[in-house]
Amino acid sequence: MRSWLALVVIAALVAALPLAGNNYALRLATTVCMYSVMAQSWNFIGGLAGYPSFATAAFFGLGAYASAILQNRGVPMVPAWAGAGLAALLFAAFLGGAILHLRGHYFAIASLIVAEMLREIVNTLPDFTGGGKGVNLPLLKLSVTGQAQFFFYAMLALAVLTVATTIVIHRSKLGFGLRCIQQNESAADIIGINTYAYKTAGFSLSAVFVGVAGAIYASWVNYIDPPDVFDVLISVKPMVMVLLGGLGTIFGPSIGAVILLLLEEAVWRNFLTIHVAALGAIIVVLVLFLPNGLLALIRERSPTKAMAK
Amino acid sequence: MIYLQIAANGLVLGGLYACIAVGFSLVWGVLNVINILHGSFIVLGSYVAYFAYVHLGIHPFISIFIAGGVLYALGYVVQAGIINRVVSAPVLITLTLTFGLDLILNNTMLVAFTADYRGIALAHPLGSLEIGTVFLPGDRVAAMALAILLTILLYRLLRDSTIGRAIIAVRMDREAAALMGVDVKRINAITFAIGAFMAGAAGALLSIIFPISPLNGPVFLGKAFVVCVLGGLGSVPGALAGGLLLGVIESFTSYWLGPERAVTVSFALLLVLLFVRPSGLMGRRGYE
Amino acid sequence: MTALLTLDGVSRRFGGLKAVDDVSFDVNESEIVGLIGPNGSGKTTLINLITGVHPATAGHVHFDGHDITRQRPYRIARLGLARTFQIVQPFPRMTVVENVAAGALFCGHASDVREARAIAREHLEFTGLADMADRPAATLTLARRKRLELAKSLAMRPRLLMLDEVNAGLNPTEIEEALAIIRKIAEQGVTIIVIEHLMKVVLSISHRLVVLHHGQLIAQGTPRKVVADKRVIEAYLGAKYAAGNPGVSN
Repeated sequence: MRSWLALVVIAALVAALPLAGNNYALRLATTVCMYSVMAQSWNFIGGLAGYPSFATAAFFGLGAYASAILQNRGVPMVPAWAGAGLAALLFAAFLGGAILHLRGHYFAIASLIVAEMLREIVNTLPDFTGGGKGVNLPLLKLSVTGQAQFFFYAMLALAVLTVATTIVIHRSKLGFGLRCIQQNESAADIIGINTYAYKTAGFSLSAVFVGVAGAIYASWVNYIDPPDVFDVLISVKPMVMVLLGGLGTIFGPSIGAVILLLLEEAVWRNFLTIHVAALGAIIVVLVLFLPNGLLALIRERSPTKAMAK
Repeated sequence: MIYLQIAANGLVLGGLYACIAVGFSLVWGVLNVINILHGSFIVLGSYVAYFAYVHLGIHPFISIFIAGGVLYALGYVVQAGIINRVVSAPVLITLTLTFGLDLILNNTMLVAFTADYRGIALAHPLGSLEIGTVFLPGDRVAAMALAILLTILLYRLLRDSTIGRAIIAVRMDREAAALMGVDVKRINAITFAIGAFMAGAAGALLSIIFPISPLNGPVFLGKAFVVCVLGGLGSVPGALAGGLLLGVIESFTSYWLGPERAVTVSFALLLVLLFVRPSGLMGRRGYE
Repeated sequence: MTALLTLDGVSRRFGGLKAVDDVSFDVNESEIVGLIGPNGSGKTTLINLITGVHPATAGHVHFDGHDITRQRPYRIARLGLARTFQIVQPFPRMTVVENVAAGALFCGHASDVREARAIAREHLEFTGLADMADRPAATLTLARRKRLELAKSLAMRPRLLMLDEVNAGLNPTEIEEALAIIRKIAEQGVTIIVIEHLMKVVLSISHRLVVLHHGQLIAQGTPRKVVADKRVIEAYLGAKYAAGNPGVSN
């Protein structure tokens, strides 16, 4: 139960951040929590099941828009967030039926296309979604600091929930089954695993928290438009974070999120125009030299720790 | 009668789509790598043609070889130096790698050339072609003809030359080819470079039709995907058929639903195809 | 007495090739049936048909009263059919005990991962793999991987176990060990179909033989009767020699 202990301790430490009184740090931490949610979520389908999903942006944008639409029709904020999560969950379950029988490249492309299509659909339904002009969300009646703290805690809570779910799933029959599917799907079939159901479950898990994160993000920034919330980088950065931290591990995705975002902060501050290229360079270096992630590097140094897991 | 015009427009576009896609399809079929850089390669080819025309007065049709050559060199270096290290790695790794490389290339172009859309206005355009009731801009038809010619040349190269045979061998069975004495690493690099050449050449042809900007990279990439799934991987005739088909479909969709919907429709088509028959209409067994 | 497994006119085409052609036979409870035939006669395809990996293009398969002809592999597995693969299919990066636990968890009625691991250790004892329990499956020798495959199938608590060339690539000592384990399994009441092309092996262990050639069933019966069958000798060249000499087989 070391994982639970670690989670509680880290969550408690992070929750104390507002005491430092620095709104900038708080906003950065909120972003870190948000990407932690997305990376941990992607790990269910990409790390555990081994299906390289590019659909994260689709779920994020869907959640953002679902929440915006609900709130603009009078639904209060937090229930709208829950509604967004549900929308993402249902969408993933439905989409899974269509694309989870594909393997490898075809699955990756299909999942990538879905986000693009959602973006186009939102663009072409301006009466419903505001179209290309975007949509505003109701403002919270709080001070700037108050808002910063509120959304920080919201994202932190979601991140803790996602990591907690990760811990539970890893030890569960579902997690075991997903790992079997990743290592040998034919053998998994033969051994009695309903691979279709398991993959759909993994895919749905990869969607639900991301949908809520999109909803919280929308409320946080008060205005969203299609290129913002369906940006392909929203799909790619969590993947890179999981690669960085270690595929299929429990805390790896969040560790990767912290490292990548801190790196980005360092670079972005100094080199605004080549920000994207810098991210690209980080990705290339990571893939070429650290394909098993940092966690694996550390494990190699201490073999006893590796055995104990 | 307007349908004939729409179909003709579609075919002209389709020929170019075939050329856009064939290099991408080859790389995917032979190296089992999805080259996200392909779209940016095309844009770079367009820029080469643009600058060659604006500063040196070289007609874009001539620039096919200049752009192609530049991209060939770039492609070879990128593949041999970077991509080759992970060529047998799982999809996640190779896809992420080419994605990262594309971020670098695209950003570099944005910095170097800015996002402003540029176009080539030919000083001596080729006028219009009139076939019955169908009007077609002469330059576009010429571009399409050249695109198809290039595609056919590639086909002949693959079939008739030693290198081409080696490439096909690697596509069919990498290990067996290696056992037969084929230097798979070199073939990988050459194939990728050929793919880049085709992208550059396509870019030069496209420079007189589409506006040139790094922002267009993903658009071309998307078209290449759809053509590959339509026509099957690693197959030149497939790319040709797929390209022409996509061109016609887009042309009609544009007419009936408006040009903004054309992209959505082609993506929807892609998804349906993936669901029903991922190996493409031509049915060639592709890599997963 | 109704048979445990019934095949009725089962066929499978791949394009123009009929890999399995109108095959019908029964397997009764507690039997050990040897499925033999020259290379390419369709034995593995037949197993794939029974377990749902490929759908049959004609005919029916009934298991324990259920029609399993169009069922998905995982459902067939849960009904009590297990099989090993000719080219072993472990979960390579999981440990030996986890591999076996998978069988127990998804088919063998273990209610959670912990219980599955405990059950797995018992099966490892039974198959003699207990000292390898925590090693990754990919690090095992071929013989041990075959035994792992066996242990995994056993953990599924099958009523019918199909062993596809479980002895391929093993030396004579290893074969004897494998046979001993198979006999122990049969003693526990599991019905077994053994695909083999080492005649000595299959003769020593089977109650009954079924012979395939070019996808068709050409003979079935007691080992003695089948081995003397003219059609079998014609098809299965070298049977006479292989019967006396286990190393020489086709």
